[in-house]
Amino acid sequence: MNAEKQYIELYEQQRELIARRSAPVMNALRDEAFQCFRQAGFPSRKVERYRYTDVDAAFMPDYGLNLSRLQIPVNPYDVFHCDVPNLSTSLYFVVNDQFYAKAQPKAPLPEGVLVMSLCQAAQDFPELVGKYYGTQARARKDAINALNTMLAQDGLFVYVPHGVAVERPIQVVNILRADVDLMVNRRVLIVLEQGAQVKLLFCDHAIDGRKFLTTQVAEVFVGENAHLELYELEETHAQSSRFSNMYVSQQAYSTAVIDSITLQNGLSRNRTDVALCGEYGETTLYGGVIADGQQRVDNNTLIDHRAAHCQSRELYKYVLDDQAVGAFAGRVLVREGAQKSVSQETNANLCASRSARMYSQPMLEIYADDVKCSHGSTVGQLDEAALFYMRQRGIPEDEARLLLKFAFIGQVIDGIPMTSLRDRLHYLVEKRFRGELGKCGGCQNALNCER
Amino acid sequence: MLEIRDLHVSIAGKEILKGINLTVRDGEVHALMGQNGAGKSTLSNVIVGHPAYEVTQGSITFNGRDLLAMKPEERAHEGIFLSFQQPVEIPGVSMVNFMRAAMNAKRKHLGLEPMAAADFLKLMREKRKIVELDTKLANRSVNEGFSGGEKKRNEIFQMAMLEPTLSILDETDSGLDVDALRIVAEGFNRLRTPQTSALVITHYQRLLDYLKPDVVHVLIGGQIVKTAGPELALQIEERGFDWIREEAGL
Repeated sequence: MNAEKQYIELYEQQRELIARRSAPVMNALRDEAFQCFRQAGFPSRKVERYRYTDVDAAFMPDYGLNLSRLQIPVNPYDVFHCDVPNLSTSLYFVVNDQFYAKAQPKAPLPEGVLVMSLCQAAQDFPELVGKYYGTQARARKDAINALNTMLAQDGLFVYVPHGVAVERPIQVVNILRADVDLMVNRRVLIVLEQGAQVKLLFCDHAIDGRKFLTTQVAEVFVGENAHLELYELEETHAQSSRFSNMYVSQQAYSTAVIDSITLQNGLSRNRTDVALCGEYGETTLYGGVIADGQQRVDNNTLIDHRAAHCQSRELYKYVLDDQAVGAFAGRVLVREGAQKSVSQETNANLCASRSARMYSQPMLEIYADDVKCSHGSTVGQLDEAALFYMRQRGIPEDEARLLLKFAFIGQVIDGIPMTSLRDRLHYLVEKRFRGELGKCGGCQNALNCER
Repeated sequence: MLEIRDLHVSIAGKEILKGINLTVRDGEVHALMGQNGAGKSTLSNVIVGHPAYEVTQGSITFNGRDLLAMKPEERAHEGIFLSFQQPVEIPGVSMVNFMRAAMNAKRKHLGLEPMAAADFLKLMREKRKIVELDTKLANRSVNEGFSGGEKKRNEIFQMAMLEPTLSILDETDSGLDVDALRIVAEGFNRLRTPQTSALVITHYQRLLDYLKPDVVHVLIGGQIVKTAGPELALQIEERGFDWIREEAGL
């Protein structure tokens, strides 16, 4: 329990530098966050929501930070060519935590829509950013929130004004790029005003074989009758640790599809909290994990039914091989008064090797008496009868295993409304299972980084 | 084509087959009859290499090659096909992907290039007509949600696609109504050539009415106790198995 010491010292010594290279709206919350962090420190594994991830161990090693905001020499267009066939996106980049200002998306965004540096936005639109920043990801709630709030200097801001529908999906590629082992504290703020619509695709890549430690805190505000689709795809490498906290609040009649897929990583701990704050809101939370080697993926979710007549669907599927460890803890909370809530939570897992381990913990708490809720979880092996059937038809055993794993995880992808993204993900998943992800022609540099 | 010599097979330490001898020549259809638990399905499973069964003695050769040394998929590539008594449902794997994987694995084994997608789909369309499966077949998951009859027709469809030289029909008639039985049997007959052989496991004469076996064997207690022409199946239909049991001194 002393991993926090270096971060406390870092903040005490560098608070002025951190603030000078950021924006007042972000700086306003730093000291309070620091006090929270100093007081509570990192959670131990005795803390329920951190049972499956050793936070201390992840934060113990010495990482460099780019507090003085040096420009990282990189041209994202050179290192990232991942074209998604038939999916025309407005493409942006965030290098470590810095928004790449020279991005040239193919088409202009609709009027009033902002996709930009959070730090810049906090300077240009302090009232807008200040209205939302830090209101969901409270420092006292969680150590990662606290640490990120005290250290994060920049990140991404997405704003869709009242009634505006952004047709073309917005793709943001987060590139981890460094010559030394690096800690990145990235902050994301997404605001959809009433009736707004947007599809966001976030892709995480690491282009250098360095060790990376990322904290990402995202706050997402979905206004009344607004519609959000948000896809997160992690394709980093074994030396990457990621702590991501995402908070989503939904107002009445809004819908949100949130899909998080981990294809390649080292250690990932993703917390996703969705609050259904207004009546007739709908949430779909999907997650897919493919892990082998020593990969660890811990997804921790909360769907909070605060208002009546809301619906939530949750499906997380894991395919674990080798010594990979997966964890899923999903809590669905139906509060008093949230009558007519409909909620369905499923976690299904496949352990393809004897040494892979899965911890599954679906939780349902209901304080209303007129609701329809279900939750369930399974952990199993590949179906031997199906394997034999396929082999009898001449399909080699390895190929048969692959087809079965592919089919298992496919259910998560099939639920994605965007056809072209669905096809692309099927393709990526198949490549991943075949061990060919690093050979992807489009993203050769971005993916050839496994040590 | 198929030579089984003194075959002894155990499952979980219990001996099921106790010295089977069986020869199937090119173009022949053999029927294998016997009561439940006699070892019929064990024999078919051993021929295709099911990992749960242990061969403790004896040999099986297929076109002169040692079958027991081959993996299940290699046996399939060599031309052996089993129509399963209970075809397995594989959710999420579409028929088209399943068949393409099977077809291309076999082609690779034969030193051929993978089939072009258009040719493959055309072939699927032709072959599914043999067993009157509908147009949605290609995109459905393997056997998932298929009726009992559809599953059996799907087995024959796969046989038509893979063109095996030895087909084993393990109670393909079970659970079929008369129309489905006719479709399955006629489909099978259309696929027969002077070079293809079959081993048909059944309890009933009605399938054999269509398939017209050359030889009928009776399996009791893990041994073939009687072998005769097609008339034997008719006698069993009439008189059951007890007289054979008595004749064999069991």
